[in-house]
Formats: sequence, structure tokens, C-alpha cells
Amino acid sequence: MENLKRNIKGAYTVWYRDVVRFRRDRMRIVSSLVMPVVYLFLFGSGLAPAMAEMGGGHIDFKQYMFPGVLTMTVLFTSVFSAVSIVWDREFGFLKEVMVAPVSRVAIALGKAAGGSTVALFQGVIVLLLAPVLGISLTIAQLITLAGLMVLLALMMTSLGILLAVRQPSMEGFHMLMNFVLLPMFFLSGAFFPLRGVPIWMDLLSRVDPVTYGVDPLRQVALRGVVPVQFMDVIALRPLTVNVIMMAIFAVLFLVPAVWLFGRQD
Amino acid sequence: MTTRPVIEVENLMRKFGDLTAVDGVTFHVNPGEVFGFLGPNGAGKTTAIGMLCTLLRPTSGLALVNGFDIRTDQARVRQSIGLIFQDPSLDDKLSGRENLKFHAMLYDVPADVLVKRSEQLLDMVDLSERADEVAMHYSGGMKRRLEIVRGLLHRPSVLFLDEPTLGLDPQTRLHIWEYLLTLREREGVTMFMTTHYMEEAEHCDRIAIIDQGKIVGLGTPEALKGMVGGDVVTVRTDDNDRVAAMMQQSLGIETRIDPEGGLIIETSHGDQFIPEMMRVIGECDETVHVNSVHLRRPTLEDVFIKLTGRAIREQDFDKKDDMRKHVRLWRGR
Repeated sequence: MENLKRNIKGAYTVWYRDVVRFRRDRMRIVSSLVMPVVYLFLFGSGLAPAMAEMGGGHIDFKQYMFPGVLTMTVLFTSVFSAVSIVWDREFGFLKEVMVAPVSRVAIALGKAAGGSTVALFQGVIVLLLAPVLGISLTIAQLITLAGLMVLLALMMTSLGILLAVRQPSMEGFHMLMNFVLLPMFFLSGAFFPLRGVPIWMDLLSRVDPVTYGVDPLRQVALRGVVPVQFMDVIALRPLTVNVIMMAIFAVLFLVPAVWLFGRQD
Repeated sequence: MTTRPVIEVENLMRKFGDLTAVDGVTFHVNPGEVFGFLGPNGAGKTTAIGMLCTLLRPTSGLALVNGFDIRTDQARVRQSIGLIFQDPSLDDKLSGRENLKFHAMLYDVPADVLVKRSEQLLDMVDLSERADEVAMHYSGGMKRRLEIVRGLLHRPSVLFLDEPTLGLDPQTRLHIWEYLLTLREREGVTMFMTTHYMEEAEHCDRIAIIDQGKIVGLGTPEALKGMVGGDVVTVRTDDNDRVAAMMQQSLGIETRIDPEGGLIIETSHGDQFIPEMMRVIGECDETVHVNSVHLRRPTLEDVFIKLTGRAIREQDFDKKDDMRKHVRLWRGR
């Protein structure tokens, strides 16, 4: 009992540190808006006319991209917080945490929670761009989006820890990022519809966990923005299926991540 | 009062793949002692400290810290020790006091105790006035001082210090030692440290000299230096081999090569030996030119050379780096 209390406090400490650091880092808060703006307005505005022709004018491409950009923000923030764990672990503060009388499982869970929280904050900041794009969100939509982002963030932070925990060098991790993360992002349908794509791409997108994050975010964010019949075309799966798939992936990543992290050298 | 050792180690061993980093060491550390591991980089010091702090699992052997087994009772070992790492481990983005607060949370130190104790310790290391600044702006010495305060915050009975003054300038190093010795006095804490600085090892009550994972000598600095026997005479000539042969033939004295050039002769009364030596050299061969003669008391460096045949300073750096890389790669796997 005493042990449990202590481990909860330990996990809370690790989480709290991430939140304090994020809150203090004004630059990071501002810069977290830069990439989304670049994608939405430089990339999105450029493609919008061409896409409008093909889509028969049903949707503004920038609006279509918005959930994808939301995903991108959550995705990259999550994975990068996971990298910091590894860096911290070898050279910094986490070493201090590793010798504290707190179980490693608690530390890993605290870190996963911390990374997810920061990713959620970043995602919420990006949500502020919605009105600029002509997307108005109700409170219910906002809450649902936040919930989906938490799940996506938890899933991706866990994957990040899993990928990074035994990486001896930063170079190795960058390789992984290029080989795993970017394909995952592009296969998820974040920037283009997965309807009518080649069969191999369709198959890969089905095993891509990010797919199950983009789809529900899009459905919820664009509800009421695009015509219902068009929504039926871009939505891939029911919300519950997406949520269940994300939960399964999160557990699938988190369990071995925690185990590997906790293993003593 | 019991005098049970604070640290008891028996035949402790750790392998990384086919590399044996710590090769069966046995020693104990008494309460209140400052105990040092002296040896070159790559000798296995950090691996040894890692095992005692429960960061690394031993391959075999036994170690008790405060009576708790480092393999089976890790939580209690951790609660009873403080640790100062070789690489800085502060959160740079947080202030000094915030770093202490996080430590207190992790070690379950009550808030009122935290405040009282941290002020007292910060005061002792002259850091009170700057403790609200972000640690990023601290000098190397200040960071170390803060880490020392942090390591002592939860009242550990042993403080482990892995190369505590590595990378600091000599003056700062001296200051850190003043603080450490004062804290030892006031807190009664036992200290276990590793170092490859000879001068630093002199501060220890007892030293274990470690080389290639093994303890090759153990005792007080005085006792260890006693092994060298009397004085150390260093003579530099233009023909060292010749002089070595003369000493051997005429006086029956063994010499050894000084890594920095010259010959080293250990003798009980150096002041009387020098004229004798000069006479022998003059008689044997007038053409041999003596450049300098130096007489001093033995140092721990002499002890290390005597025990291992090599100098600590003269380590092959490539070898050391290779090994660190090796270990790091292995651990990273």
C-alpha cells in the first residue's frame, strides 16, 4: 500500500515535470503553431484549387487537411517527448529518477502520461486555428476531439518509448524516424483520402495505427462543415471502431515499452 | 553502537558481453568513512558504483548497502543512498529549489522537512542566494554543489560520488572538497567515491586502487605510500640505460623508467643516496651527463605504478574511449 502510494507520487512527479517545463517554454508554444500554419496555408492553399476541381467543390482542401495537421502535431510531439526520455536517461535528469526509490514502471507510465499531456496541449493550440479555416466547433466537438487526441498521443508516446528505449545513438533514432514515422504519417490518410488508392497502400494503411487516429478526428472536426453525403465518402470507419483500434495499439506499444524501460542493465 | 560496515561487498563481478568490467572485488566501508576507488578511466569504477546503486545488475557476487541486498532489496537500498553522477543530472530548465523539490517528491520527503533541510544545506554550500535561478545559468561548480545538496536531502547514510570533480578547474575542485568534508563532519554521512585524480584520493580515509576490474591495493593513503618505501629519486641523464646498469652493478639498486622521461629510484634516505649516486656515475663513466635530480616523498601515483607497472595519467586514450563506447553500445542494445 505504502509502495503504491509512493509509485503514484513518483509517476505524478515525472508527469508534473513535463508539464512545468512545457508551460515555461514560451518558444515551444509559439513554434508549435508554425508548422501547422505552414502546412495549412502554404501547402493547403496551393493545392486547394486543384483539389476543389476534383472534389466537385464539396470541400475546401484546407478544411480537409486540418484534422491531418492536428494529427501531425500530436504525432510528432508525442514521439519527440519519447526521445527526450532516452536522452535524459543517459545523460540527464532521468538518471536521478532512475535511482530514486520509485519503480521503473511508475516512471515509464509517468513519462507516457507527461508526453501525452504535452501533445494534447499542442493539439489544443492548433485547434485555435479552426475558426480561421471557417470551421466552427461546438463544446461537445471540442471535448470529443480532445479525448481522441489523448488516445492518439498515448498510443504514439508509447510507440516512441518503444522505438527509442534501446537506441544507442541519436543517428539510429533519426533513421527510425524516417523509416517508420514519416511513412506512418503519409499512409494514415492525413493529407489525402484513402479511397481508391492501390491495394498495397490500402493494406499498409490498415496496419498503420495513425490511420485510426486521423479518421475519427476528421469525422468529428468536419461534422457540420461538409455535406453529410460527402462525409460518408471520406469517413472510413465508425468512431467506436477507431477508438477500439487505437486502444489496442496503445496497449500493444505501452506494455513492451514499459517492460523494456524497466529492465535493469 | 554497532560497527557493522555500511557497505559490504564480496566477490562482486560484472561482465558486458565478453568484457569483464568488474572482476570479483571484495571490500567493506565503515560508517563515517570516506572511501575511494582510485584507478584510470575504464578500470571499472563507474560499473562498480552502478551496481552498488542498483543501476546495474551484478553478474555474480554479493553486495549489501546498509544491510540491504542490492539485488533483492533495491527500493530500500535506493532510499538509503544519495548519488552524485559523473555527468550532470540536474534539470537545466528548472531552478535550484525546484530541482530540490522534485527530488523531495521522488523520495517522499515531507514539505516542511524539505524547506528546512534544503535551506540549511544550501547555506552550507553557499548557494542560498542563487537557488531560485534556473540551473542552466549555473557554473560547473555551482551545479555540482546543488547536486551534492540534492544527494543529501533525504538524509541518506551513504553518499556515492562518481568522479565528483570531473571537468572542474583545480580551484573549484578544492572548494568542492572543502564542502564535502564539512558536510561529512556535520551530517556524519559515509562517502564512497571514485576518482582518477591522485590528489583527490588523498582526501579519503581509505583507498582501493583498482585496475582492469580488480582491486590491486587497499589501505589508508599513508599505508599505501609506505609500500613504495621511503623517498623517490628521479634522475634524468643523457643515457638512462647506462645509468640503470651502473646502479644495478655498483649499488645493487633496481631502477625503473619514469613515463615522463628519466629513471626512478626508491630508497629509504634519498638525501644520502643522491651524493652516492653522483659519485658512482662519475666513477663509472665521466661522459654520462646528469641533467637533473629530483627528490620527493612518494605519491599515490608511485603506488599505482608500482602495483600495475603503468602510470594512471599515461593511459592510452583510444583504448579508454573504445571501451566506453563498447559499454555504451552494449547497454544501449
